[in-house]
Amino acid sequence: MNIYLRLFFTFLKIGAFTFGGGWAMISIIEKEIVDKHHWLDRKDFLDLLAVAQAVPGILAVNISVVVGDRLRGMKGSFAAAMGTILPSFIIILAIAIFLTPELIKNNEVISAIFKGIRPAVVALIVAPVLSSAKAAGINWRTVIIPVAVALLIFSGLPVVSNPIIYIILGGIVGYIVFTRRAASKQTIN
Amino acid sequence: MVYLQLIWSYLKIGLFGFGGGYAMLSLIENEIVQHGGSPSWGISEQTFTDIVAISQMTPGPIGINSATYIGYVVPANAGFDSPWWGLLGSIVCTLAVVLPPFILVSYTSHFISRHRDSAIIKGVLSGLRPVVVGLIASAALLLMNHDNFGTTPLELTVSVLLCLVSFLIVRYTKIHPISVIIGAGFVGFLVYYVFM
Repeated sequence: MNIYLRLFFTFLKIGAFTFGGGWAMISIIEKEIVDKHHWLDRKDFLDLLAVAQAVPGILAVNISVVVGDRLRGMKGSFAAAMGTILPSFIIILAIAIFLTPELIKNNEVISAIFKGIRPAVVALIVAPVLSSAKAAGINWRTVIIPVAVALLIFSGLPVVSNPIIYIILGGIVGYIVFTRRAASKQTIN
Repeated sequence: MVYLQLIWSYLKIGLFGFGGGYAMLSLIENEIVQHGGSPSWGISEQTFTDIVAISQMTPGPIGINSATYIGYVVPANAGFDSPWWGLLGSIVCTLAVVLPPFILVSYTSHFISRHRDSAIIKGVLSGLRPVVVGLIASAALLLMNHDNFGTTPLELTVSVLLCLVSFLIVRYTKIHPISVIIGAGFVGFLVYYVFM
């Protein structure tokens, strides 16, 4: 199959089973893009996640755009984004046209199914914490960074619970540490 | 012009929404229920709550879900009765929320690919990696709430078990996460519908 069609259908599948937004996609994308198709390795994927998170927009769409773009440029990102958006667009449109919100909300079968799905979706977000920590090369010294970031965002306190702060800080600190190391390497040589 | 207002609102949601999922919720609420939405939109706080509830019961990001739904409903409330006007609204809102970030992300992504070997990009990315791990962890922590785990002792027990078992399967077996979601949905159906 044509690579763009494969990208489209892969992300269509991902989009159709993503409940609860971009973070819940990560496990499924890892499985499809990293494990199954070997289109990317874990570290690359983590770098792409950083970009997707740093730019405004809907996280799920941003993730599909960066992955599609890395694999096949602009056309690839278009195919991936369309795949992610279409299931959600079609289902919501069908609900808006044919049903009323009450019908969905008060449907006992659907709400029973989703009472089961929601805690599993949380697990799908916990799992990549460990795999991405490994890909990021987190050790006992650097583990303080993700732990502090997670707890501060979770705290809900004003200012420090805003994720953007840590993206900016992480970028600046990363750059300083990296250039210092490069400089000290040069002096040794 | 109701379509221009819709486009303007969803352009803002797309351009100023960070963080994915429910982090965008207050921004969306602000645009479509409060100051942003003109009274002719006819979107009440109740409709907004409905949209959130539906989003939790359908796949896809809430940004897209709300754009598609609001885009369909608002033209009818403003007097454009035919469903075709609604369809047009759905399409323009969804495009408005997706297009600006699409362009921004593409440019950023291209720029980073082109300079991947530069010291700046290498340094910035090496600093961002541990932060992203923390961001994923924070998303997981924030979702461990009563909305997702229920309130009664039975719901909490079932939910914690489902979460734990799903985690172990995703982390330590080759079973596809989509199968885990389907399985968890089936367990939910059995526990909360068949046996109760």
